Amino acid sequence: MGSTLAQQIINVLQLGSIYALIALGYTMVYGIVRLINFAHGDFFMVGAYVAYAVFYAFNAYIGAGSPLAFLALAIAMIGGAAIAMLSNQLAYKPLRYKPKLSSLVTAIGVSMFLEYFFSAFPLIGPSQRGFPEILPKQMYTIFGAEISNYVILDLAVAATLMVGLTFLIQKTSLGRAMRAVSQDKDAAKLMGINVESIITATFLIGGAFAGAAGLLAGLTYPRIQPYMGILPGLKAFIAAVVGGIGNVPGAMLGAYILALADNINDTYISQFSNLLAFLILIAILLIRPTGILGEKTADKI
Amino acid sequence: MLTVKNLKVNYGQIEAIKEVSFEVPEGKIVTLIGANGAGKTTTLRAISGLEKASGGTITFKGKDITNQEAHQLVPLGISHVPEGRKIFPTLTVYENLEIAGWTIKDKKIVKQRMEEVFTAFPRIRERISQLGGTLSGGEQQMLAVGRAMVTGGEILLLDEPSMGLAPVLVDEIFERIVALNKMGRTILLVEQNAAEALEIADFAYVLEVGYTKYSGPAKVMKADPRVREAYLGV
Ligand SMILES: Nc1ncnc2c1ncn2[C@@H]1O[C@H](COP(=O)(O)OP(=O)(O)OP(=O)(O)O)[C@@H](O)[C@H]1O
Ligand SMILES: [Mg+2]
Repeated sequence: MGSTLAQQIINVLQLGSIYALIALGYTMVYGIVRLINFAHGDFFMVGAYVAYAVFYAFNAYIGAGSPLAFLALAIAMIGGAAIAMLSNQLAYKPLRYKPKLSSLVTAIGVSMFLEYFFSAFPLIGPSQRGFPEILPKQMYTIFGAEISNYVILDLAVAATLMVGLTFLIQKTSLGRAMRAVSQDKDAAKLMGINVESIITATFLIGGAFAGAAGLLAGLTYPRIQPYMGILPGLKAFIAAVVGGIGNVPGAMLGAYILALADNINDTYISQFSNLLAFLILIAILLIRPTGILGEKTADKI
Repeated sequence: MLTVKNLKVNYGQIEAIKEVSFEVPEGKIVTLIGANGAGKTTTLRAISGLEKASGGTITFKGKDITNQEAHQLVPLGISHVPEGRKIFPTLTVYENLEIAGWTIKDKKIVKQRMEEVFTAFPRIRERISQLGGTLSGGEQQMLAVGRAMVTGGEILLLDEPSMGLAPVLVDEIFERIVALNKMGRTILLVEQNAAEALEIADFAYVLEVGYTKYSGPAKVMKADPRVREAYLGV
């Protein structure tokens, strides 16, 4: 690995894309139900395991390349969406109109449950697993930076998903309903919108994005374990807050800022890992608690 | 068309509605008047499904709709313009109207009704790409009524449509209400502005601290000394 500027930029984009995919789910769920879903990082972990299971099942075809990768991507997204939807239905929905603290504590419970369940489950277990190489790895050199086809895949998938989500939220009737529900649930009901089904859709999308991030992270940082969601989840949460929680473009912006901070941190002050990320969080909370793009009147979705 | 019988609504321990009964005949304008906190808003919210009734029944077009989900009542024909208008602040005016057609499958009908809104409120047409939250209070009120026109309910529940409006605008809004009624919509109107409400209504009910106290044809109520003293300030 070179350490040229170009190389650093690619590393930041790569990490930022994964943070962004996770942060989007955090921010969308917050926008729509004002819940900080601490289990969201674990949905990312579930996505990684689901993708791993797909590769395991199709062991014979490893190296077959992109068709398998896209199958795994689809199934990882379904896995992430499913676990997000289940968490909503079983844990969050019954507490929807109870004091906020109940669902916050419940979210921590869901998070711990997923981590311990995966650690204790015989087929999974607490130990690290190497993530298989599904594509023959190829390296390209651009402006003196080395970039693998895995990284290109990451960036392409993340960009596609983010553009797709922006389109969905801004231009489709589902997106319009999501924005309406995030702004005023009573008014949305009076328009005939089934608020619960829009909330479900939001969890599904957020979970699917976390699932996709799980696969991408598995491919590029090829180790997975049941606690792998904690740190990226925390970073993505900070990213969402930095960008303005509830704000979709804000989450993307925050994610790349956090990735840049991590990169600088690891390069120059590597003895205190994550220091910069937390300093940024504290600074934002002091200077601009609504986040960079967050405003009182902004779309909370 | 709409019958409310012995309605009770509680907020936790607070009994906001203790016993409210009234009837809204098809094609008529019925007004609920009463002091602040009498329970007018709560009554409308219970009808449209935003609050749960803890007792009594609400019947609409012969069907028991007590405690049905709000979003299911919209396609049945109940449109509620809530207190405080509740415009979606970061949806554009156009999107605010468009989303009011959520339950309507045929989007041509939605477009056609939006045209009707623009005809009724030319000012709204001029502002279609503006964000809902940036409209003036009067414009928001027009947009709120416009949304209900798109939703297309057979009965319109209007909660203080004149609140915070300049006298000219109050007249304009009341004219629109009468026009909507002439076009066949049944109207249940909640108002602080009792004088104006009694002017256009067919029947009136007076709410006091959770009870329906008096009722009668609007003309009679307007002359009733108890109503005149308490609500018309004469
Ligand atoms: N969400 C709530 N929680 C607790 N109490 C409430 C709630 N909403 C209304 N109330 C109480 O219920 C009673 C009736 O309120 P409601 O809003 O229906 O009155 P209103 O007749 O519409 O008054 P106004 O003319 O001021 O709008 C009041 O005593 C009010 O304090
Ligand atoms: Mg009221």
